Amino acid sequence: MSEIKNNAPLIEVKDLKQYFNINMGMFRTKPLKAVDGVSFHINKGETLGLVGESGCGKTTVGRTLLHLYKPTAGEIYYKGKLLKSKEDINEFRKKATMVFQDPYSSLNPRMTVADIIGEPLDIQKLTSSAKEREERILELMGHVGLNSEHAARYAHEFSGGQRQRIGIARALAVNPDFIVCDEPVSALDVSIQAQVINMFAELQEKLGLTYLFIAHDLLVIRHVSDRIAVMYLGKMVELADADEIYNHPLHPYSKSLLSAVPVPDPKIARANKRIVLTGDIPSPLNAPSGCPFRTRCPYASEQCAQEMPEFREVSKGHFVACHNLDKVN
Amino acid sequence: MPLLKVQDLHTSFFTDAGEVKAVNGVSFQLERGKVLGIVGESGSGKSVTAYSIMQILASTGKIVSGSIKLDGQELVGAGEAVMKQVRGNKVSIIFQDPMTSLNPTYTIGHQLMEAILLHTDRNKAQAKERAIEMLRLVNINEPEKRMNQYPFEFSGGMRQRIMIAMALACEPDILIADEPTTALDVTIQAQILELMQSLQEELGMAIIMITHDLGVVAQMCDEVIVMYAGAICEQGTTDEIFYNPCHEYTKGLMRSIPTTTTAGTKLHPISGTPIDLLNMPKGCSFAPRCENAMKVCLEKPCEKMIINDEHFASCWMNVKSGYEQGEITLLGKEGGNNE
Repeated sequence: MSEIKNNAPLIEVKDLKQYFNINMGMFRTKPLKAVDGVSFHINKGETLGLVGESGCGKTTVGRTLLHLYKPTAGEIYYKGKLLKSKEDINEFRKKATMVFQDPYSSLNPRMTVADIIGEPLDIQKLTSSAKEREERILELMGHVGLNSEHAARYAHEFSGGQRQRIGIARALAVNPDFIVCDEPVSALDVSIQAQVINMFAELQEKLGLTYLFIAHDLLVIRHVSDRIAVMYLGKMVELADADEIYNHPLHPYSKSLLSAVPVPDPKIARANKRIVLTGDIPSPLNAPSGCPFRTRCPYASEQCAQEMPEFREVSKGHFVACHNLDKVN
Repeated sequence: MPLLKVQDLHTSFFTDAGEVKAVNGVSFQLERGKVLGIVGESGSGKSVTAYSIMQILASTGKIVSGSIKLDGQELVGAGEAVMKQVRGNKVSIIFQDPMTSLNPTYTIGHQLMEAILLHTDRNKAQAKERAIEMLRLVNINEPEKRMNQYPFEFSGGMRQRIMIAMALACEPDILIADEPTTALDVTIQAQILELMQSLQEELGMAIIMITHDLGVVAQMCDEVIVMYAGAICEQGTTDEIFYNPCHEYTKGLMRSIPTTTTAGTKLHPISGTPIDLLNMPKGCSFAPRCENAMKVCLEKPCEKMIINDEHFASCWMNVKSGYEQGEITLLGKEGGNNE
């Protein structure tokens, strides 16, 4: 698989910004900088993991990437072509889809499984006859391990794991190259999680898919990703190969995040020295000046309060945004 | 005498669809100052076990039989007056969702003081002092000012710390933590777990930690109970459960979680879906999903078997692998002859 991964990037994002205007009362609004200047690329056939705590903007990156929100600023390239006009975006949406976090609220309770999976086919007019449509739906259900007898049932008749399979079949309906997986396993039980994670891997191999995999579970992210990006308060703080970032995290936030993961092994857990951060993640409405992490960073200096550190490449493929790398490491 | 002794507890919910046996013969004991983990997937009965101890079940739920002894005092059938003395005073609980377990219309101070005034004979000024002291204990800055604020003014991690403060205000002997960090981010989870650990050492209380996260168990617990379909399938010290699992379900759980070394490999999931409690199989409840199920597993539930002094499991596989070698002793009368 590694040879395809070295090809030109499938998706490239440059300085993406997504601000939401928040109503402050008395006709005043204030921008909430959910995503504030994020750049990355994803190669074909690759899985890029995106981690961070709630409110860091990881879901917004995924949604803005698919133009579910209109980006405030920045450029998105698909196969080297800038997405600009409405037509470009419509074409792109036939090739890029999304799997949502909550398998309970993301499926319409009034629709049968066949209609849920068939809806994208209808919208994009991908089948020409009712028979072809039905065959395609059954094929998709086969991909995700559902039986043909499930087609006429409603979503409430399924367990969480099966519902997530329905959501994945729906995402696959348009024959995508690229899927944004937004916390697809976090609502599932551990024993079911593994089934769904394996299915993502099988589908990737079989259909040559590229994933942006968003999750807060760092062990899941480590398992599925080729490269991992860490976000904090709308900014990307570190991006590197999965092995590299786990073995040599450079940014103080990545370090503490990785050390905070409870390891399912009692001896390692007891010996583990956790770097426990004090305080909470600040509100993105009131983001600190300069580096967003400085309020919780044990190494913060004068410079951190004044300017945002540049997101720079420190070794091949390893990007990090920190002023005090020498002090930290 | 153990602090808490639960024996053959059966709790059912009587629904329109029939009786759901949510807890089906659970026995365990908890010593003073120990941390006991209860793991299992949704619907395994781990929360209902805890709610049965507190007797805070939904109106359709009822303890059908069994005994719960706290410090030697029987709680099953003890009546509301006794339970009011137990709740908060001797046993406290913190819930999974810190966003919804605080009342949004009262200040934090009011809610903290309410618990203290109800359970101790402190007067209002003393209660306030105690509430501030508790907030300080759980690392809330400027507690005097914070007392007058409402829950919406706090973040998720802070609310969970307030819940802990409230639960500990009356110095309970047992703290039940029902998925206390599931709704929180990892760095905040680390803060909360750290806090619980240090408070446990400081105050010497026992903790029942209900979770589905094996990482949290590995870090926090002395002993572990693994539940499946309302029953305990395996029980032992944390090290025994993690390094020598003896029930196929526990083994399956351990295999199915991704770790730092599984990247690029296939995970080994447990097939099938969790059991329907209205439709329990005749034999071992895990047998329909078990890849090593034998004939006996489908026909007969397994008795509790002693693996060693600190380890029990109810799995017929142990008979197959260990009975001949004399490593396994059966508690039941007719156990081993079936294979």
